Amino acid sequence: MDFLLQLLVNGLVIGSVYALAALGFVLIYKASRVLNFAHGDFLALGTFVAFALATSLRLPVIPAIILTLLCFFVLGLIVERVVLRPLIGKEVIAVIMVSIGLSSVIKGVMYLIWGPGYFLFPEFMPDVPIIIGDLYLSPVHLLGLAVSAAFLGLFSLFFKRSTLGVAMRAVADDQQAALSLGVSVRKIFAVSWGIALVSAVAAGVVVGSITSLSTEGLSTIGILVFPAVIVGGLDSVPGAVVGGLLIGVLENLTAGFIDPVLGVSLRSVVPFVVLVLILMMKPYGLFGTVEIERV
Amino acid sequence: MTQPATLGTPLAGSPAAAPGAAEPLLTVNNIEVVYHDVILVLKGVSLVVPKGQIVALLGTNGAGKSTTLKAISGLLSAEEGRVRQGSIIYQGRDIANADPASVVQAGIVQVLEGRRIFKHLTVEENLRVGTVTRRDGQIRQDMEMVYHYFPRLYERRHQLAGYCSGGEQQMLAIGRALMVRPQLLLLDEPSLGLAPMLVQEIFAIVRRINAERGTTILLVEQNARAALNVAHYGYIMENGRIVQEGSVAQLKNNPDVKEFYLGLTESGTRKSYRDVKAYRRRKRYM
Repeated sequence: MDFLLQLLVNGLVIGSVYALAALGFVLIYKASRVLNFAHGDFLALGTFVAFALATSLRLPVIPAIILTLLCFFVLGLIVERVVLRPLIGKEVIAVIMVSIGLSSVIKGVMYLIWGPGYFLFPEFMPDVPIIIGDLYLSPVHLLGLAVSAAFLGLFSLFFKRSTLGVAMRAVADDQQAALSLGVSVRKIFAVSWGIALVSAVAAGVVVGSITSLSTEGLSTIGILVFPAVIVGGLDSVPGAVVGGLLIGVLENLTAGFIDPVLGVSLRSVVPFVVLVLILMMKPYGLFGTVEIERV
Repeated sequence: MTQPATLGTPLAGSPAAAPGAAEPLLTVNNIEVVYHDVILVLKGVSLVVPKGQIVALLGTNGAGKSTTLKAISGLLSAEEGRVRQGSIIYQGRDIANADPASVVQAGIVQVLEGRRIFKHLTVEENLRVGTVTRRDGQIRQDMEMVYHYFPRLYERRHQLAGYCSGGEQQMLAIGRALMVRPQLLLLDEPSLGLAPMLVQEIFAIVRRINAERGTTILLVEQNARAALNVAHYGYIMENGRIVQEGSVAQLKNNPDVKEFYLGLTESGTRKSYRDVKAYRRRKRYM
């Protein structure tokens, strides 16, 4: 029982990270119908940049992270302006190919600079576990959960309360109508890329401080984001959160219960099995947009 | 004003033939619009919208009415269309091929055909989207103003707009545009798909908005009768050209307009639409 609870808690922590990463992915898809295959690579790059600022430049960890987040917001604007805007109106497949190319380039750069090794994020939390009953909670895990929850809350507030956030949802709903009311669709695309990269880097830093940093390990999260968003429904922000948590919990339960029995690691397979099962029953995902039809 | 030209012969596009004495807010000078650089849709359209008036732009499907509106609002660019010739003068500035956001900022807003409300946003959020170009703090008052014109929207303000009725959605589309505080409102077929009662209600509100707020309106309609009942001046389009213009009284008494657009015979009795269609077809191809 306690083992199950422990697995659930760990699952929620890692799941909240997936949710955060998935949020950025969904945002770009919602605004511009682009599947960003480079999402995981931006996540990894951001984490390494924060790591480099904290170790090589010896900045304190928290300012290093905040500086990285700011830089990546700007990088998001630049990527949209330089790489994606010339492709507006072209076939979606062309844009997807570009994002795959971007992914390779970023990966290559990271291998050039940091190589394939593992690094540890400088510690900024006491490494004393908090024990509640039989549950072992590390402060870093709790902080990760809190940071993810805070970001998700902040984003949902932004989409509900701010005029820019409401306008972003309007663009996702009907681009031409939004244009007719003076919404600058280009600006919306740019901002959604900025926010997407911020969410990716935030997720990456949380994972990086919980586990370790490696080019391969971090970019893989970009792949795990796919089952999370597809299960949730590609264009749903709450769906991304639920999907992320679900994938995180499933991963941990598999690792805890099934892997020891079979003697092989299935933890990275199970999310995709669940993905297939859910898509068979709900093709638009759990929370995907079902067109509102008045009869 | 001389006797209106007969249907089928395009008028020489002289903007000097401005209706009434009011100063023009918008002058469209002989514009040609092409889609994808090859498909010529507007073949020299000229019209004048005087300040504070309602001008109706009538015509059948595919005449180019919506394209004219999109040329003014700048939305053509989103459909690979562009104004190839002529100018669109608004408050002394040529806005042909301008960025849609800058046109909205200048005070022109188009209500698209088919309502096009944001289905997954609430009614109130739909209204808020209309305020993105504004920097003043009077958004609350303007929301009250919209609710004053459309009390039904107030009742539904926290509902998803997609679940509103057709009439409520049309009201929302107009209300959302009013949130921009437009000088010039471009209405594209507000009567589309609505019951006759609702059409009357909406046109009555359109007239009130014009009278009480002084908003100039360019109204595109297929429902000529309803449009001529609220407008001050009218233009009739066919095949990408203006073929007829005049004050509402002139248009209502023009035999061709009666025949084609109002479904009346010479003597003023109602005529079956079937006969009108056959007559139209004959007249166009001859």
